[in-house]
Amino acid sequence: MSAVPIAARALVKRYGELVAVDHVDLTVEPGDVFGYLGPNGAGKTTSLRMLLGLIRPTSGSVELFGRDPMQLGAAALEGVAGFVEGPRFYPYLSARRNLELLADYDGKGVRRRIDEVLDLVELRDRARDRVGGYSHGMKQRLGIAASLLRAPRLLLLDEPTTGLDPAGMRDMRALVRRLAGEGITILLSSHLLNEVEELCNRVAIVRRGRVVYEGELAALKAASADSYRLRTTDPQRALAHCDPRLGARLEDEALVLSAGEEALAALTVSLGRAGIGVLSLVPQQATLEQLFLDLTEAPPAEPAPVEAEPVGAAA
Amino acid sequence: MNGVAGVYKWELLKLRAQKRTYLGLGAAVAVPIAFVVALAFQSGSPNDIPMGRYVRDTGLVTPFLVLFFMSIWGLPLITALVAGDIVAAEHHNGTLKTILTRSRDRGQIFAGKLLAALTYTVAAVVLLGLVGAVAGSVRFGFHPLVSLSGTTVGPWKGVALLAASLGVYLLPLVGIAAFGLLLSTWTRNSAASVVGTLMYALLMQLLGALPGTESIRPYLLGTQFEAWHGFLRTPTDWAPVVRAAWLCFAYAAVPLVAAYLVFLRRDVAGD
Repeated sequence: MSAVPIAARALVKRYGELVAVDHVDLTVEPGDVFGYLGPNGAGKTTSLRMLLGLIRPTSGSVELFGRDPMQLGAAALEGVAGFVEGPRFYPYLSARRNLELLADYDGKGVRRRIDEVLDLVELRDRARDRVGGYSHGMKQRLGIAASLLRAPRLLLLDEPTTGLDPAGMRDMRALVRRLAGEGITILLSSHLLNEVEELCNRVAIVRRGRVVYEGELAALKAASADSYRLRTTDPQRALAHCDPRLGARLEDEALVLSAGEEALAALTVSLGRAGIGVLSLVPQQATLEQLFLDLTEAPPAEPAPVEAEPVGAAA
Repeated sequence: MNGVAGVYKWELLKLRAQKRTYLGLGAAVAVPIAFVVALAFQSGSPNDIPMGRYVRDTGLVTPFLVLFFMSIWGLPLITALVAGDIVAAEHHNGTLKTILTRSRDRGQIFAGKLLAALTYTVAAVVLLGLVGAVAGSVRFGFHPLVSLSGTTVGPWKGVALLAASLGVYLLPLVGIAAFGLLLSTWTRNSAASVVGTLMYALLMQLLGALPGTESIRPYLLGTQFEAWHGFLRTPTDWAPVVRAAWLCFAYAAVPLVAAYLVFLRRDVAGD
């Protein structure tokens, strides 16, 4: 098996009765900008903490480039950087001192990159100020700078735009896009659909600790597209007129059908010839947002993720 | 090993940037000065404590008396101030996750913190002894010292005995620092750890003062604060010094191993 940036298998984190993360499988391929999408409290941060070796999974395994952080500790984080739940620094030290500390923790020669990363997040002017006086947005940017010090091949970002003003959000997204353009694999957790839609090529949608969808974002969109709503002067006759392959059905006096554009054009012509007037033909693209809400809010088809059988040794 | 050195260096730099460090070291400087000043305004001597009656004969007695007074809660508190905070502060600032996602293992970070807390404690005790000797000598002169056995030793020999005494005096403080580090790691709460560590030190003193504890008294942590008396006897009485060494090793090792295991397995969540 080749060593992909992230391979998590059947990851479980249980806090007593609560199953925060429930058998999550994640595979992030090199070059992915992978969206880890879900409402607040879905277990995104807990998953990220397990990926970074900050908390111990109840069961399951994590490998980053083939290395398990639980077994190898810091050595498994080589080429990996990021933050969970907002970056934190020593408030009584300046930004530069904080970065110097982290650079020294990373290894020899890392200090040389400090100016470069400070420039990248536009904090060089304020680098001598104590982090305690920084705004939330500045701390977020410093968090990115601290991550980039490690020259990572994999970047894990936990809701990097949360709490930022619109301009800050725009800049942060531009930065993420730029980093992705440089070939860094990125795992971006977010509860903002448009953010993930804008930045990511693949997504996992989580709900109550479970992944309810994982795959290409384009495929998810495609699944929700190509549906049309057709209103005619005589819905009953129009339905009978339709080619069964279009899968038309009657809904509120209108036909709902799936078809390509050519088939639709042919249908309208033939309806006209049959004396049925077309009142409107509207593409009914269920928005990604609707799909997201369906996936994350719909009543579960199976019993809730909290498992019924008692577990004796929850570590 | 190199990994620990880097962490140790930064732990010292962080201590240098924090107020509580100066609070502790400041107290270590202020107490002996205050002691000398207080003596200057009265005529008596603390005759009921070892060497107390010679306090006005030579300044070298001052640091020994300050060590005696500070052993009840002064130096335990100064020690706890940093040892109880050094891990808890990382939780408070949420920075544990920041440093644990770099290229240092948890064991290295723990070792660096332990060394830094001990370095601070050593600095406090050395400062206390040094300032005590200087302030005392300024007021009472740099004269020969009458040891606990009644023999007179020259002033420079007295300085050597003071240095040796400070070294032995540090042993129980290492035990207290270790306990502080355990509380700091375990409770993640700075205030609780500092207070808890101080209570622990007081309890150890209290146990020794209770009637009926004579048999265990030599083995209590608080008793080891008197081990330096061995150096001020002629010939040197090594028994209390040796006992302090192995006892304090045990008093330090048990909490340290526990703290290390807690730190290694800790789930860094919720901050």
